[in-house]
Amino acid sequence: MTISDASAAPPLFRMDGVSKRYGGVRALENAELTVEAGRIHAILGENGAGKSTLIKIMAGVVAPDEGRMLLEGNPVSFRSPAEASAAGVTCVFQELSLIPDLSVADNISISNPPRRFGLIDRRAQRLIAEEALARAGADDVHPRALIKDLPLSRRQLVEIAKALAWKPRILILDEGTSALTAADVAKVFSVLKRLRAEGLALLYISHRMHEIAELADQCTVFRNGRNILSFAAGTRTDSEIVEMMIGREYSSAFPPKPERATDKAPPALECRKLGWMDSLRDISFAVGKGEVVGLGGLDGQGQRELLLALFGVLRGTTGSVLVDGKPVALESPKAASDAEVGMALIPEDRKTEGLMLPMTVRENLSFAVLDRISSGGIIDRDKEARLIDDMVKLLAIKSDGIDVPVGALSGGNQQKVVIAKWLMRQPRIILLNDPTRGIDVGTKHEIYQLLRRLADAGAAILFYSTDYDELIGCCDRVLVVYDGGIVRELADDDITQHALIASALNVEGKTMETAA
Amino acid sequence: MSEWRYGLNEQRGTLMAVGIFLVMFVIYVSNHPAGLTANVVQTASNKGVLLAFVAMAQTLVVITAGIDLSVGMIFILTNALASWLVLGTPLETAFGVFAVLATGLACGALNGLIVIYGRLQPIVATIATGAVFFGIALLLRPFPGGSVNEDLADMMTGRIFGVIPSSLVALVAIVLLIWVPFSRSVLGRAAYASGSSEVAAYMSGVPIRRAKFMAYTLSGLLASIGGLFLTFFTYTGEAALASGNAYTLFSIASVVLGGVSLFGGKGSAIGAIFGALAFRTIGDLLFVFDFDPLWQPLFQGVVLLVAVSLGAFGLFRVRNRLEWFG
Repeated sequence: MTISDASAAPPLFRMDGVSKRYGGVRALENAELTVEAGRIHAILGENGAGKSTLIKIMAGVVAPDEGRMLLEGNPVSFRSPAEASAAGVTCVFQELSLIPDLSVADNISISNPPRRFGLIDRRAQRLIAEEALARAGADDVHPRALIKDLPLSRRQLVEIAKALAWKPRILILDEGTSALTAADVAKVFSVLKRLRAEGLALLYISHRMHEIAELADQCTVFRNGRNILSFAAGTRTDSEIVEMMIGREYSSAFPPKPERATDKAPPALECRKLGWMDSLRDISFAVGKGEVVGLGGLDGQGQRELLLALFGVLRGTTGSVLVDGKPVALESPKAASDAEVGMALIPEDRKTEGLMLPMTVRENLSFAVLDRISSGGIIDRDKEARLIDDMVKLLAIKSDGIDVPVGALSGGNQQKVVIAKWLMRQPRIILLNDPTRGIDVGTKHEIYQLLRRLADAGAAILFYSTDYDELIGCCDRVLVVYDGGIVRELADDDITQHALIASALNVEGKTMETAA
Repeated sequence: MSEWRYGLNEQRGTLMAVGIFLVMFVIYVSNHPAGLTANVVQTASNKGVLLAFVAMAQTLVVITAGIDLSVGMIFILTNALASWLVLGTPLETAFGVFAVLATGLACGALNGLIVIYGRLQPIVATIATGAVFFGIALLLRPFPGGSVNEDLADMMTGRIFGVIPSSLVALVAIVLLIWVPFSRSVLGRAAYASGSSEVAAYMSGVPIRRAKFMAYTLSGLLASIGGLFLTFFTYTGEAALASGNAYTLFSIASVVLGGVSLFGGKGSAIGAIFGALAFRTIGDLLFVFDFDPLWQPLFQGVVLLVAVSLGAFGLFRVRNRLEWFG
């Protein structure tokens, strides 16, 4: 659908055959994108479709492996975010680029502060800040306030003000409204529409379909690192867009799911009206023995916080948690992993939360069970060796003996060590935070088999994953989380890609109509 | 919040250090047999400025979320060097002062290069360079000795108009010449930014490397100014290991007392200067109350603990326990 008219002026920005790989993973493959001035262009795609790589390349954060970018017909390449901004392409990151200990005014002018006699001119800086804040609809933010003292929604507005201070021609908003309240969103929208009228090109990445419907002039869908289709906004239904976002092969390498028993016993884990600050709201659900329950939804909707809350990491949670029908107070990870509760959390970031990389496999594994293999403070080496041996066999961890540092193992084997570490305690409730992210396919499948075996042996499993295939293939039920609450529960055959994505985007009402 | 409250908030750490110092100094002077005389102030100033210079040096590095364990050794090295070079005719003396300061700059620049381009942790890099600097100092002055241009030394340690200690004037001048321009320059702000959040600073296109290099280099310069004044006070050079280590540790203590965050990104050299002066006054207080000087390290430790504990109250507000470790 590209118009090739030699006489027409070149578009404001064009991306041609751009590819990017991270190791063996194709993040972006031969991507094309055309951005016109005075238009709002929405980029759609599910987690991992290549959207964030695309904007990182445009904003100069990462360099593409192949392909070229044209600004008004002239080839450009950006070596840093500052270079991209200076050329007129500025990105509003998700509160990533604000310096917490500096003031709002300092932050807005951070890249190019006004100078007088070589030193920063604070008065001029103050004026710039006030003007930019007003343009971003954040006039209630004091220029001298420190970023770290501002609530998240205000930081997001400051982030937009900071981008505007560059006087960009292309403004990229990456999930620019994800942290905002409804009133703030309305404010930001009117700002964006005014900027469009002023002739700016806006690239808008959002998972919220109604926002795209309200704002966008043009949409491009990405999937698996490729741009699937570009079309004028309003020419496709939500349902068609969701189809475009899914459309990939469905892998079936999952262990079979058993028939679900109707058990009268109290559930192994039950949550009643769990809440924490602004991140978790009114969460109630139950996980039975032998059940694998998935947590779905878009990244960062509160799934991680939910697992941390259950594991006793968060302070000031409201509501109650029951284990085997009995209320428990989860005050610390230690209390949660005690024998009576028997909970284990397999963390997402194995490098910081799960393992001590310079220490050996043996040491890492025995940390979780030191109290059980020692008496009077002395470790029983034989007992330790037996336990570890069993676990290494069970998980088929490939290493040159158990006395090599964990850091020397492959990513997949490291993740197995993390899982093994917690299985050493024979937990009855297993929480997993995206355990297969960044792991090779073979190990993934071993982990799926293991989860099912653990469930068959009576464990209750709560499993957060950003991979929809995994949720469909592994889980007996899936709870879809949106904005800190559970918006939908899917069971058995109702767990489909379409249902998962539609409810993750919280557009299920509309798609259900069109699907019916 | 109104305008002045924001100002107050920004300067809270510094104001607290000023407060601690004033309280201690008032107690000291009012219990001193001679009271508030020019002589008492001059002695206090001469004792205080040495640590103040080294604490300023430490501040610059700590702001970038680094730490400099070689400041004490640069201080000692430049003292040893000054006892050879800051001598003779006014022209020779001027050359000597210049050479001493250039040496300090070079030491700081070396630290900066190793930390930035060698990608070593500042703590490791500066322990190593500190040992090297001390080694050179030892070669320069295997035994205490040497001398200094006494006219210049007496001028810098005496009084102006009979009342104002000239060492204090020098300290103020250095603050105005080095700290104020640095803190208001683009690189100074970049130093704060990279100390506060290096990722965010990078995303914002801040010149992180140049800022860190500047911070380490100026830190070396400030430590060498300290070394120069040490020579003015003692008229000799001495490669004293214990003294170098003590100055390094006290500089960190002063920085903390002065409200500079060891996590980087926050604080001011002015605060660190008052932290240093307060730290020095502890010893004087023990003197006027007739305590055995053996008590001094213990009291310094207690004061430091109390000051640091005040800063730790923020942790009670944390809701996600993982942030305790962040």
